[in-house]
Amino acid sequence: MPRKDITSGNWAVAEAMRQINPDVVAAYPITPSTDIPMRFSEFVADGLVDTNLVTVESEHSAISACVAASVSGARVMTASSANGVALMHEIFPIAASYRAPIVFGLVNRSLGAPINIHCDHGDSMAERDSGWIHIYCEDGQEVYDTTIMAVRIAEQKDVLLPIFVCQDGFITSHCFEPIEFMDDDVVRKFIGERDPLFPLLDVDNPVAYGSLVLTDYYFEIKRQQVEAMKHVEKAYLDVAAEFAKITGRNYPLVDKYRTEDADYIMVIMSSAAGASKETVDRLREKGHKVGCLRIRLFRPFPAKVIVDALKGAKAIAVCDRAASLGAPAPLFTEIKGALYDAGIHIPANTYVYGLGGRDFFPHNAEEAFMDLINKKMSPEERYLGLRE
Amino acid sequence: MAVKLKDLITKERAMRQGHRMCPGCGAPTVVQQALLAIEQPVVITAATGCLEVSTTIYPYNSWSVPFLHTAFENAGANVSGIEAAYVALKKRGKIKKDIKFIAFGGDGGTYDIGLQSLSGAAERGHDFTYICYNNQGYMNTGAQRSSATPKGASASTSPAGTVIPGKIQKPKDLTAIMAAHHIPYVAQTTIFNPMELIEKIKRAVETPGPAFVNVLAPCVLFWRLEPSMQREICKLAVETRFWPIYEVIDGEWKLGYKPKKFAPVEEFLKPQGRFKHLMKGETGKKIIEDLQKDIEEEWNYVLKLCGETWEPQS
Ligand SMILES: Cc1ncc(C[n+]2csc(CCOP(=O)(O)OP(=O)(O)O)c2C)c(N)n1
Ligand code: SF4
Ligand SMILES: [Mg+2]
Repeated sequence: MPRKDITSGNWAVAEAMRQINPDVVAAYPITPSTDIPMRFSEFVADGLVDTNLVTVESEHSAISACVAASVSGARVMTASSANGVALMHEIFPIAASYRAPIVFGLVNRSLGAPINIHCDHGDSMAERDSGWIHIYCEDGQEVYDTTIMAVRIAEQKDVLLPIFVCQDGFITSHCFEPIEFMDDDVVRKFIGERDPLFPLLDVDNPVAYGSLVLTDYYFEIKRQQVEAMKHVEKAYLDVAAEFAKITGRNYPLVDKYRTEDADYIMVIMSSAAGASKETVDRLREKGHKVGCLRIRLFRPFPAKVIVDALKGAKAIAVCDRAASLGAPAPLFTEIKGALYDAGIHIPANTYVYGLGGRDFFPHNAEEAFMDLINKKMSPEERYLGLRE
Repeated sequence: MAVKLKDLITKERAMRQGHRMCPGCGAPTVVQQALLAIEQPVVITAATGCLEVSTTIYPYNSWSVPFLHTAFENAGANVSGIEAAYVALKKRGKIKKDIKFIAFGGDGGTYDIGLQSLSGAAERGHDFTYICYNNQGYMNTGAQRSSATPKGASASTSPAGTVIPGKIQKPKDLTAIMAAHHIPYVAQTTIFNPMELIEKIKRAVETPGPAFVNVLAPCVLFWRLEPSMQREICKLAVETRFWPIYEVIDGEWKLGYKPKKFAPVEEFLKPQGRFKHLMKGETGKKIIEDLQKDIEEEWNYVLKLCGETWEPQS
């Protein structure tokens, strides 16, 4: 029987990891993700899992050990945030290129300086071209469910890519909320066993990972990664459909909240969608036709479903919890690109909010919606909740 | 069990012909000799550097055994990850064989940028052997100085100029640093006698837990050395005590070679173009004196730890 517990986003990941019982976890402490390996260490210490936990001396070594273990044939998980993620940067594209299906609990935190432990998406956005799958979650339940689905998506043979399961630092990672957990045996049956392709440890069929590939082949190998990314949407939808059958919980590529007939749509990611949806309800009561589109799958970018959701709108507000200093914010750039490709020109405002953990309140969402409703449109970047 | 070269020579090579290291390079000699010693199946990982780039130029590959390279500073973490996967999969019955894990790193990838990851791997006690092929500088990127480069050597980022006579600092003592990790096996050697290296690596690999072996291995380009002099220059490094040979087995220091006679450091320096500028002028003379002084200090330090004395014949 599924059970409900009051727990945090971090502990939900740890609980999923307990049920997944990966072969290897290599991790290093950093706020706010460190609860995940801490909790998991207790499971190891109490014999609830028999994972080989490698308590490395840095995040660089954590991800290096994860890549090595993954290409060796092991099922591998880890977690990190901010500076830890940045320190791993060099190894992320290597993980993707070696097609290492690592599942990574990424707890979003702003990058220094100034040093700050609270949430924004600057850390994961800096990795958006590393070749990993990125999924952003709104709440603890979604984090738990996505962590379990991620194992299957990452390991699918025509995908074989590492995957970030992102949640908002503190807001989700440390917030205690009721979460429904699946039974252990249901999880184990759902994820199955890893069946690695070309494992390094198959000494009878030796393979080399990490060759020097020069001008004659590098490009072709990168092209194969492009192809792998193209398979992700289908893999995701298949896994999500199977998951929904078991749990009744549905996770489409994007979360459409009252967008069907909406004239004005806010596009947002992760926990701030809560305040946005709440605002949608209140403005709907006042007769405004507004909606919220939350992007779950960010890499690969599901342009088609996004365009489908937005194409009927009169104006949109794209809210980024990350800035791209000197250029338009990342989500905004992607959305504009998707609309342009579809030949759709919808007036769009761009908002940056929540940097360094600045709260995003319903009144901030309302401000953006009212700009759309009052036709206060401009290509200038605006800021929600900022003192100027 | 004593190893016989005659029995080993017919063994299939883990690293085969066709690699693109320079003729006379010490690194492939280290690899060939080291891997001859191992009876079990091996999995190799290597840090970025001459060895890695020259043996894996896609679509070719010189390795007949599994090989992993990811980056420059993480051979210690890579070997940790491979061994961790092996332990986990073996426990779960998915792997049956006994496999040995070897990491190769150049001196740059070991003394400098990879020291942290090696130190972490050693502290955690994974079962692996780390072999540093030490050519005393960053060769793959063009003979820059590393913290293994000897004092006085002219390297591309410590060139012998009209004011500064090559590298000013003396190298760090990495072998002693690794011994200070109190791991079960640490050794320092070079490629002056194949059986010497083969036996040391065999011991390293068969010792459960971390093992570290620092092997001086000439780079003909940086050292500006006749390729045919590979073995001879290593022999001179040992005879001049520039590179003492020893093991530290479970904390016991054991001297591996005592030269019969005193040989001045110049004998090691002279065949090498990287020290040519020291052979004339007062500054050069002073540096050679310093080098000799450092040798005596280091030698006495090693002798003391090994509980040995040395009386050279005159
Ligand atoms: C993070 C990083 N910094 C720098 C480099 C460039 N680099 C590649 S190999 C190398 C030098 C390798 O020196 P060493 O480890 O001594 O091996 P050798 O080439 O001498 O065999 C350098 C600096 C790199 N690949 N990665
Ligand atoms: S440059 Fe030096 S280290 Fe590199 S292959 Fe040539 S001789 Fe060997
Ligand atoms: Mg070197």
